[in-house]
Amino acid sequence: MKRVFPILGLLTAGLLSYALYLALVVAPTEQTMGDVQRIFYYHVPSAWTAFLLFFVNFIASVIYLLRRSPKADIIALVAAEVGVVFCTVVLVTGPIWARPVWGIWWTWDLRLTLTLVLWLIYVSYLILRRFSTSGQTPQLAAVLAILGALDVPLVYFSIWFFRTQHPQPVIGGGGSIDPRMMHVLLINWAAFSCFAFLVFWSRYRLEVLKRELEDTQALEDLLESPRSVR
Amino acid sequence: MSLTGVTLIKDLRLEWRSKDAINSMLFFALLVVVIFSFSFDPTAEESRQIAGGLIWVAFLFAAVVALNQTWAREIRNQVLDAYRVSPAPANSLFLAKASGNFIFVLVLEALMTPLFVVFYNLRALGPAWQLPIVALLGTWALVVNGTFFAAMSLRTRSREIMLPLLLFPISLPAVLAMVEATTSILTGEYSAKFWIVLLAAYDLVFTTGCLLLFDIVLNAE
Repeated sequence: MKRVFPILGLLTAGLLSYALYLALVVAPTEQTMGDVQRIFYYHVPSAWTAFLLFFVNFIASVIYLLRRSPKADIIALVAAEVGVVFCTVVLVTGPIWARPVWGIWWTWDLRLTLTLVLWLIYVSYLILRRFSTSGQTPQLAAVLAILGALDVPLVYFSIWFFRTQHPQPVIGGGGSIDPRMMHVLLINWAAFSCFAFLVFWSRYRLEVLKRELEDTQALEDLLESPRSVR
Repeated sequence: MSLTGVTLIKDLRLEWRSKDAINSMLFFALLVVVIFSFSFDPTAEESRQIAGGLIWVAFLFAAVVALNQTWAREIRNQVLDAYRVSPAPANSLFLAKASGNFIFVLVLEALMTPLFVVFYNLRALGPAWQLPIVALLGTWALVVNGTFFAAMSLRTRSREIMLPLLLFPISLPAVLAMVEATTSILTGEYSAKFWIVLLAAYDLVFTTGCLLLFDIVLNAE
């Protein structure tokens, strides 16, 4: 395990630089939007990664409630944290692109609003984890994660009712894309997935160590307390 | 008599004698109405466009005041702990609390709606008979999740701040549906049917979800 981590780190660094080169140099310039379209190679992979991580959070929360395994709880926590980071990237890069192309920073469109609401739900999830007392945190957080996931289709349909302004999804949405752009997008997606996995993994290890340390300290305090009473 | 009924009647009787929740909600909503009225000063046509949003934002904020007090009196004499060790099902307690809050918020709405009509010169151009349906479905949507998250925020530091932080993000589709349905009825420009169906679906999904998960929240330790 210890050897895999640096190898994966190097691989991710290499893949990310290659993807950056592809996105900035190799990919053809979009005809109408110009160079600003290149932000798309970061925006879309981040969105996919964030949604995947939120899904992982949901699955891990369900598993936690069924089996009460601490590992599932750590996975849920870490997935939410890393997911919020990637979701923030999506919400920041979106308006930067939208301003020159649509002429507005923000619009209450389906995908934008859904992303924003997801971001809000998972931030409230992290706030709950921060504020609740340690023993109950995993259960309460898992419950909130499940209710949050139930909310997603409802948010989707409520906003679907409005006219949608966002470009149709690139895959399975009928939108056409240059095959060279598609290639760059997929490489970027692979790079972002590796990067997310790397961050996820190191944060997971950190959390496991932190909990081991807390347990050890609690045990030590328990063993030492009779002496201090005397 | 069922456990839900007993708990509900106890809560209603307590509220009838103290009037804590309803008084603070009413005054709070009144303040919100006055402040909104000052800050926008709309014409009749404009107020039809914005009233749906104003009404529901006022009710949402006022409801949080009542929801925060839901579980407070059960804590004072360890009633909640007693409930936990008793064999009574958690869901009947939850249903009683949610119905209690539902009644409080409905009373608030019944009292505040005339004030809104007076302050904003409202007159519905669409089918007004749909408004009570929107009010019933919308209030239940707020209250069922609100009661649930109030129980959840009991277990956290700084309880009173936690409730809106948990409730508002999840309630966004319900709030959107209530506001859009009310606006469409007031302006009469389009049908509110989609939003009413969405509210009903929201109520169904979250009532089921809360009932399935409340046991975990009540007994979390």
